[in-house]
This record gives sequence, structure tokens and C-alpha cells, in this order.
Amino acid sequence: MSLWSRIVNVVGGDRLSREIDEEIESHIEEAIEQGRDRSEARRAFGFALRQREESRDIRLIAWLDSLRADAVFGWRRLKKSKITSAAAILSLALAIGACTSAFRLIDALLLRPLPVANPERLHTVAFEGPSAADGKTRTYDSCSYPMFRKMRAAVKEQAELIAVSMYSGSTDLTYGADQDMEKAYLQYVSGWMFGSFGLRPTVGRLLTESDDLQAGAHPYAVLSDDYWTRRFGRDPKAIGRTFRMGNDLFQIVGVAAEPFTGTETGWVTDVFVPMAMKNPRTLASLNNFWLRTLVQLKPAVAAAPVRERLRAEFRAIQEERVKGFPAQSKRDRERFFQEKLLLEPAAAGRSNMQREYRQSLAALALLVALVLLIATANIANLMTASAAARAREMALRVSIGAGPWRLVQLVLVESAWLAFLAAAIGALFAWWAAPFVVRMINPPAYPARLVLPADWRVLGFGLALASAVTFLFGLAPALSASRVKPAHALRGGEDPHSRHRLMHALIAIQVAFCFVVHFAAGMFVSTFDRLANQPTGFSAERILNLETVTARSQPPAFWDQVAEHLRTVPGVERVALVGWPLMSGESAVGNISIHGEPPTDVFSDFVSISHGWADVMRIPFIGGRDFRAADTNPTVAIVNQAFAKQYFDGENPIGKSFERVEPAGGSARFEIVGFVRDARSRDQMRWPIRPTAYIPFQSIDPKGAFQPIGRGTFVVRTSSANPLALASTLRREVPRARSEFRVSNIHTQTELNQAATVRERLLAMLALFFAGVALLLAGLGLYGVLDYSVLQRRREIGIRMAIGAQAGDIARRVTVDVFAMVLVGGVGGLALGMASARYIESLLYQVRPTDLAMLGLPSLTILVAALLAALPAVIRAVRIDPVRILRSE
Amino acid sequence: MPKPDSLQGSLDLLVLKILSRRPRLHGYGIMSAIKDTSGDVLRAEEGSLYPALHRMEEAGWIQAKWVTKETGRRARLYGLTAAGRKQLAAEESRWQAVTSAVNRVLRTV
Repeated sequence: MSLWSRIVNVVGGDRLSREIDEEIESHIEEAIEQGRDRSEARRAFGFALRQREESRDIRLIAWLDSLRADAVFGWRRLKKSKITSAAAILSLALAIGACTSAFRLIDALLLRPLPVANPERLHTVAFEGPSAADGKTRTYDSCSYPMFRKMRAAVKEQAELIAVSMYSGSTDLTYGADQDMEKAYLQYVSGWMFGSFGLRPTVGRLLTESDDLQAGAHPYAVLSDDYWTRRFGRDPKAIGRTFRMGNDLFQIVGVAAEPFTGTETGWVTDVFVPMAMKNPRTLASLNNFWLRTLVQLKPAVAAAPVRERLRAEFRAIQEERVKGFPAQSKRDRERFFQEKLLLEPAAAGRSNMQREYRQSLAALALLVALVLLIATANIANLMTASAAARAREMALRVSIGAGPWRLVQLVLVESAWLAFLAAAIGALFAWWAAPFVVRMINPPAYPARLVLPADWRVLGFGLALASAVTFLFGLAPALSASRVKPAHALRGGEDPHSRHRLMHALIAIQVAFCFVVHFAAGMFVSTFDRLANQPTGFSAERILNLETVTARSQPPAFWDQVAEHLRTVPGVERVALVGWPLMSGESAVGNISIHGEPPTDVFSDFVSISHGWADVMRIPFIGGRDFRAADTNPTVAIVNQAFAKQYFDGENPIGKSFERVEPAGGSARFEIVGFVRDARSRDQMRWPIRPTAYIPFQSIDPKGAFQPIGRGTFVVRTSSANPLALASTLRREVPRARSEFRVSNIHTQTELNQAATVRERLLAMLALFFAGVALLLAGLGLYGVLDYSVLQRRREIGIRMAIGAQAGDIARRVTVDVFAMVLVGGVGGLALGMASARYIESLLYQVRPTDLAMLGLPSLTILVAALLAALPAVIRAVRIDPVRILRSE
Repeated sequence: MPKPDSLQGSLDLLVLKILSRRPRLHGYGIMSAIKDTSGDVLRAEEGSLYPALHRMEEAGWIQAKWVTKETGRRARLYGLTAAGRKQLAAEESRWQAVTSAVNRVLRTV
């Protein structure tokens, strides 16, 4: 109670002072009433002000009271120079906001533990090995289901293994008729996942191990709380409803409680179904890699022994798998056995988005941290300059008894005002900016949904950042204020050089950081530019891809019928069929054998197309012919230049033939009838265009019968410039042609092409933005310092001018020190940039840090900005009127 | 001029004792009471009395109340609390122990 009353007294400090005064007065009155002399009574009391202070300190918490007084004083000072304060706070707010946004993204994607029991025990199995494409070491996460089951059995005693399907776009499902298909992100998970994670249902029940025993026997689904809210408005009657996906009917049995949304951080699972419900062929295949293996260690079990057991099991699995590849080449086999199993901690979940964006986010965080330091240096300079103007005030404070610590506190409280106001505005910025960035990571087929909570972690980071910044820019001025010598300062003398040295050093640091930011931004922009302008070999203009599915697989003739119908729609120029759109991320590969020799190490991509497709995509023929309506897979193929180069030494391949070899044995023979220019079929823009064989859309089985087709893409070239204008019409027209057909997704080709460089675009855009901010801040800082130094030296300049100095001489004198610092900073930035470049090398493409343009452009930009920033101060210096200045002194 | 520390650290004890006998005294009254009852030997100075009163108030031994006198002026009256009564007993027995010990020394030497 006493502590509380003392805290309350801090708030009512003035009232307390009045009460103490009143009590003292009443005492003196009483003394006079008792016949004592008035002045004697007062004298007996001593120094009333000290009395009051002493009593005050007893009745409240002294340090809190002084803090309050400093806060009030600091606020008044901020209000006194509104524009400067606002500029300082806003620039700092932008930097703090950017840092907080970066933290929110990194925390949400990489650091935040999953809301499950004992997330620290959660690991994930990954594999590391040389890639077939370029021999570089790559890491992948996927397993096949038989592999998972063997590994689970191998470490049964030490750990629980959980299989989850990896994110691969959303699924079509319907709660009613086929016409009411909707999209949801459905994930296959081991039934025992919910139990192992200690999760509870909001309503109904969760899946258990008994829901995951027999393939196809457990058509039950659990919804995420988020999906239940969005789709059903939290209606408990949703339990028991059924939905159809493909040919399977699932029943909803429960809702998983918040905040669990799956383990694929960066995507939010809508519907969980048991692993056992995956199509039986996929489940049984040892070579179909489609799931991620999570490892939950049992209590007090170390990771290393579990990893060793898993490695031994993986080796055994490899030995078994290799028996299925009798036709494998020697090098492939070597590579196959070089693969190594890794056990990685996965407390924050594991997703491909993490792998893809980890480094980009780290680079971005570094850039915004540099921007924050630049903004901080600006405010440090501002505080130093104002400390110079306040030397007399500080001296006065020391003279009337303020200790050094009291002065440090005074200046630090002012800094804290700036930092915490900036942090508050920055928090608003981050509240908007972090989701904005997530929305940009938004390739059409894979919309990212990152859960971005604003909780104590983010709040704590913001507060820590604000405090750190306070000390960074407040401590030096505070310490210099505390060292003030009253006699010296009150006489008007001071040592201005120490201040200038500090300010100049800060300018050098700002320029160095600014250079690094520009250097990195330049490399990111040029990487994006080069990737985005990679020739694709086809024309994306006015192309619309209608990804289409059928209720049951349909004969090729029906697909042709739909294509024929679409050609009659007004606004449609040309229509063709392809297995999947180019650059959509999907691919199929095959081993190629020439003249019956063993297959080569280099895989070829296989794309199935209808006749007329090359024409729609504007891929020119070098020789041979297009497919005819009667051509089938196998028997004929069209190949690209890379294919001819790889397998026929670049000769014209028309009339030659090759065999597509299945790893499990068996082969199909193709005769090459057409030869086309290279076109990019994959979305990996950094890799060269791969050898590609185009095969007819319609396949026949060994008996010569046409095989029915369940999915394909109608490629439409429209006559209007905006192909999306036709999207809804075409979506309607497809089922009108044949009712079994339904459009699942519509994407323009341009959209798909842009999606291939979405990460690079994001990085380039944000880096460029922060480079602009860094330049602006550094320029403002330079301007401020120069302006201040001209103000300080106006007497000296006046004298120089009076005795005949030329304008050029004055300008040189005013700027030479600062430009020396700019130079020092530039060289430092160069060294820093070169040293850090190798950490971002893997984010770059065809850009080397040593390129002249990469180094020259930032240097030039910064030099021009420095000149512009120096101009007002130089003009001011040159315009000084010596007569007026000298008279005023 | 009396010596500043003529009370030998017994100010708290005296204040508590006086308030236990005569509740509702203002600062001047307490000062006068110390002077009168000690036969002008002991004097509490204003400079140390008020901080001591405020300290004891914060410690919860005494409580203060503003009252308006007939003259219209407000005065702050102090009274003992239960905690103050306990403190008084403790201080009193400590004082007894110290003085008897000092007396013993004076007698034997």
C-alpha cells in the first residue's frame, strides 16, 4: 500500500508539494500564535525548499518523479521544434516499421514454434545429394509412403513418425452438385498426427490411428478452425456433412481447435484427411515422392542416434529401390547412393516456402537494419547538434546541483520519446506492410497464407528495438552532456571539434551503409531484370490457359470436340491442347536411349500437345512438320534444339528415332517428325532450357486403343489484348460443349511467366524502395550536418570574406571535410559490400559483384545525392554578409 | 543552540510515545510536547521533525488527517495506527535495553 501511495504521489506531484508547503505554513502560524517572532520561526525552519524536497522524496519514489519531470520536459522540447521532431520521428518510424515487418515475416515463417505439444522435439527428414541437372548439392524433403512406413518401423522405440502431404495447390471439392465445385487446401496426414501433437477438437472428433489403417477405408475429414469459420460460419451442423473430391465421398467428423493450421508454414490447411485415403497406386509406389516425414522424438531421446538408425534404414531402402532400375547408368547409380538423410529441427514447421524465402528474408532484414542504422545516425547527429546549443542549459543544471547521472537521464528520456513515438508509428506501418509483402508472394497456383499474429513476440521485438535505438543515438549526446564543465560552458567556450568529429564519423558510416544498400539493390534489380527478360521461346501475348478436368476420364475425341466448340466462340483466334500450361511448375521427365544403347544420364522433359499447339504458342519450326490429327503417343515426337544438341550432336534430327526408357524397364519408340526452336517449359528461369520432346496429346495402349484422359489444358489465343475478358465466357462454354468437362483454373500465360520470378521481383522491388529511403535519409543527414557547421562557422567565414576570400574558396573550406568523409564512407561501403556479396550469391543470376556497373552506379548515385545535399549549405555560406555577421558579434 | 543530534536517534520513539498518550496532534504540538515534557532538555528541530513524520507516515506507523481549525486555517493532525502501537512497544523495549546496558557499564567501571 505504501509503494502504491508513493507511485500515486508521483502522478499528483504538484498537489503533494502544495500539501507540504501548507503544513509548513500552518506550523509557522501556530508558532506565531504561541508568541514566537515570525522571522525567528521561519529561520528555525531553515531552507523551506530543501525541507519540501526532503519530505517529497520520502513520500514518493524519487527516481520515478524525476523521470516524470524529464518526460514532461522532453515532450515540451519536442513540441518546440515541431518540424524537426516530426521529420526525425517519421524517418525513424519508417525504419523501425520496416525492421518490425521484416521481423514479423521471419518470425512467422521461420522462428515461431508450431502450436503443438513439445514443438522442440519436432524434426523433419530431408535428403541431400548431387542434382542430376548440374551436379550441385541440393536438398529435398519428399518421401514415398512405403519409405515412410519402413522408417517409422525402424525408430518405433525412439520417435513417432508423422507423414503429411506436401503443399501442391488447392483441390477441387464439392458439398453438392458438380457445378458447385469449390477450392480448398486439402492435406493428407497420418491419423495419429493429432494425438501426437496433443491437439483438441473444437467440435466433433479428430482423426486417430484407427482412421489410417486400411487404404481407402476411412473417408473422414477434419476441418481447420479457420476454414470452419470461413466456409461454415462456425456452424456445428457442418459436422456430419459430406463432400466429394474426385470419385471419393468424405464425411466431416470434427474441427481442430485454433490455432493449429497444419505444419506447412506459409500455407493454411483447410481440410485434413487420412493418409490412407490417398489413391492406392500412389500409396503403394516406392518411387512416388510426395510426402514429408515429420519426426517427433520421444522424451529424453537425442536426435543423433535416431538419425543414424534412419540412415541405416534409408540405405536399405535405396538398396531395394535400385533393384527396380535395371537400366540405370553407372553415374546415375553413384549419384543415387550419394544421397544422405538429414534430420533437421522443425519446431516452426517445415514448408517449401521456408526453403525458398529463408535467404531472401535474411537479405531483406539486413537491408532494413542498415536503413535503421542510417536513420539512427541522423538522429544522433541531430541530438549532438542540439546538445551543443544546450551546453549552457546543462552547465546551469550542473551548477544548481544536478549530478552527471541526472543529466544522462534527461537526454536519454528525450531520446526515448523520439524512439518510442517512432516505434508506435512504425508498428502501424508494420501492421500494414507485413501482410502486404505476403500478398506479393502470391503465384496464382500457390496462394501463400502466412499466419501473422501481432502478439507479445512482436511487441517485445518492437520495444527492444526502440530501446536499443534510444541508446544508440542518445547515449553519446547524453554522456557528453554529463561531462559538461559549468565554468567552461558558462563562459561560452567549448570544444566544437569533438562534436564535429563525431558527426563526421557518423556521416562516413551513413554513406558506407547507403552504399551497401544500393549495391545490394542494384544486384537484385539486375538479377530480376535478367531473369524476367530471359527469352522463353514462345509468345505469351493474349494466351489464356483453361486447366480443365473431367468427372471421369474421357476419350481424346471428346477433348477435340470441346476444342472445336471453343474455336467458334467470338473473340477466340486459335485453340490447342496441352497436358499442362508451360511454366506452370509441372513437369514430366523420361530417360532417352538412342539406337537401343543404354539410356544417357540426361533426362528429357516430355510435354503432350495437340496439333496446332506450336502455332498457338508461336514456337517456330526449324524443320519437319506439326502433328496431324491421327498422330498418337507413342510413335511420333517433335523435339527442340536442346534435344538435338544433347542426343544428336546438334544435327537435324528429322527422320531419326529415340526410345523413352522406363526406369522400371520397358520402353516406347518415337520417330522424330518435327524440329522446333527452344521454348521454356519449366518455371526454373535460372536453368538452361532443357531437352524437350513433344508427344501427341492422345496416347494409345500397346493394343492400339485410345487411352481416356482426365485432365488437360485448352490453350486459347484471343483476339482482344486482354485475354481475361473472355475468361468467364470460356469457363461457361467448356461444359456447354460437353457436360463432363469443367474448367478448374484459368491463368493467362503472362501471369504464369511472371510467377516464375515472383521472389526476384519482390526482392528487387523492396530493395529498390529501401535504397531510395536510405539515399533520402543519408542526404538529409549530410544536409543537416553541413548546414549546422556553416551556422557554427559563420563568424569565421565572415572574417575570411572580409579579408578577401573568394566564393570558391569558402565553398571548398565548408565542404572539404564532409566530402572526405563521404569518400571514406564510400570506400568502406565498397569493402563491406564486396565482403557481404558472397552471402547473397545464390540469390543472384548472371550478376557478379565485381561488375563495373554494379559498383559504379551506387557510387555515382551517392555522389550526386551528396552534391545536391551540400548545395543549400554552400549557397548559404557564400551568401554570408561579412558586415552583418561581424557587427552582430 | 541545541546540538543537532541531541535526541540521539530517539525522535521516532518520542513521537510515537507522545501520540500514544495524546492522539490528534499537529507537528507544532508534537514539537512543543517534546520540549515541555522533557523539561526543556530535549528539542526536536523542525528540519528533522517533518521528514521523520512523513517517513513514519509512509511506513504506516502514524496516519495524518487534514482538519480545518476555527481560524479557517487547515492543520494536519497525526495519530497512531495499530502498526505504530506495535512499533512503539518494540522501540520502547529496545530503548530500555540500551539504557540499562549503558547504566550497567557506568556502575561497574
